[in-house]
Amino acid sequence: MMFMMATLAVLIAMALVVIRAMRGPTVFDRVLAGNVIGTLAILLLAVVGFLMGRPEWLDIALTYGLLNLISTLAVLKFFRHGDLAFLPKEAPKQ
Amino acid sequence: MRTLSLGLVLFAFWLALSGHYTPFLISVGGVCVVFCLWIAQRMQVLDPEGHPIGMLPGTLTYYPWLAFEILKSSLAVAKIILAPSLPISPTMTTVTARQKTPVGIATFGNSITLTPSTLTTGISGNEITIHALTREAANDVQSARMNSRVTQFEGRT
Amino acid sequence: MTLELLIQSASWVLLVVGSVFVVIGAVGLLRMPDIYTRLHAASLIETLGAGCLLLGLMLQAGATLVTLKLVAIFLLFLFTAPVATHAVAQAALHQDIQPRLAEDRRTQVDAPPEREGA
Repeated sequence: MMFMMATLAVLIAMALVVIRAMRGPTVFDRVLAGNVIGTLAILLLAVVGFLMGRPEWLDIALTYGLLNLISTLAVLKFFRHGDLAFLPKEAPKQ
Repeated sequence: MRTLSLGLVLFAFWLALSGHYTPFLISVGGVCVVFCLWIAQRMQVLDPEGHPIGMLPGTLTYYPWLAFEILKSSLAVAKIILAPSLPISPTMTTVTARQKTPVGIATFGNSITLTPSTLTTGISGNEITIHALTREAANDVQSARMNSRVTQFEGRT
Repeated sequence: MTLELLIQSASWVLLVVGSVFVVIGAVGLLRMPDIYTRLHAASLIETLGAGCLLLGLMLQAGATLVTLKLVAIFLLFLFTAPVATHAVAQAALHQDIQPRLAEDRRTQVDAPPEREGA
């Protein structure tokens, strides 16, 4: 019952954040929305794991949390330099 | 000494996440811990900055205080979001961090960011640029309450 | 018996508060006018919303390994959320996206922000 409610709340929040990701005027709004969706997905995994009585999903949530940070940083670095692996002296002028 | 404490922490982490206590899995965990310690030694990150185990006693008092701060400012931000007129007054300002070590300055910056309604946008030396959602939040950070608290937390190492 | 009831109701309250804050944060993400103010709304989800939900789940799980894993997820949020938020804000400033400000108390406005090592 209460897990159901928490799941619904997280799903509603996700839908709202997806609207922001589609509307976002700058690329950073979309990156932020992606990061928040990742956070919400971790919460969703934890809550649904409890709802279905399968707490093993927490391991997946933990892995997803680590990937979420790395992917956010990688995307930001890509938009900042236009490249993921550049030598410092070749760094493009901003 | 620091190697030993890092090894113990890593092994406890393995035991907590594994949940299966057969001799084979525990010995695999031991091998992984030794491998991680070797890599840490090779990368030379086994210093007070890479493994700040000495700060552990301080966290017991610092994190509850930080949680209370987060609760207070979260309520303020929630009130702003739900108000129909959206009464924000974004402010950017700089604060001088009083901490001496890089760990202390990073802790201060992260604490500022972790509190909703203030966020760190840049750090150079010990000058921290922050963006605050309202004037009151900016005044709060500049009033050095959190600053001195983090200094106290850092000083206990 | 009463203790169990107390824990159950505390977990109820925490889950409800967490859900409410998660939805408020998402609404804030839609309502705020520019990227820097949206970051504040996002950090509402990542700190109080996630914290309350995970604490409520911890009370449900009791003293088991599941609680330890929830604590690990909580610590992960505690350390990664500010890094991601800071990275987005710094990258946006680097791209010369000017924040809408009511007041600017910065000492040097033109200097680009330095890279943070931590």
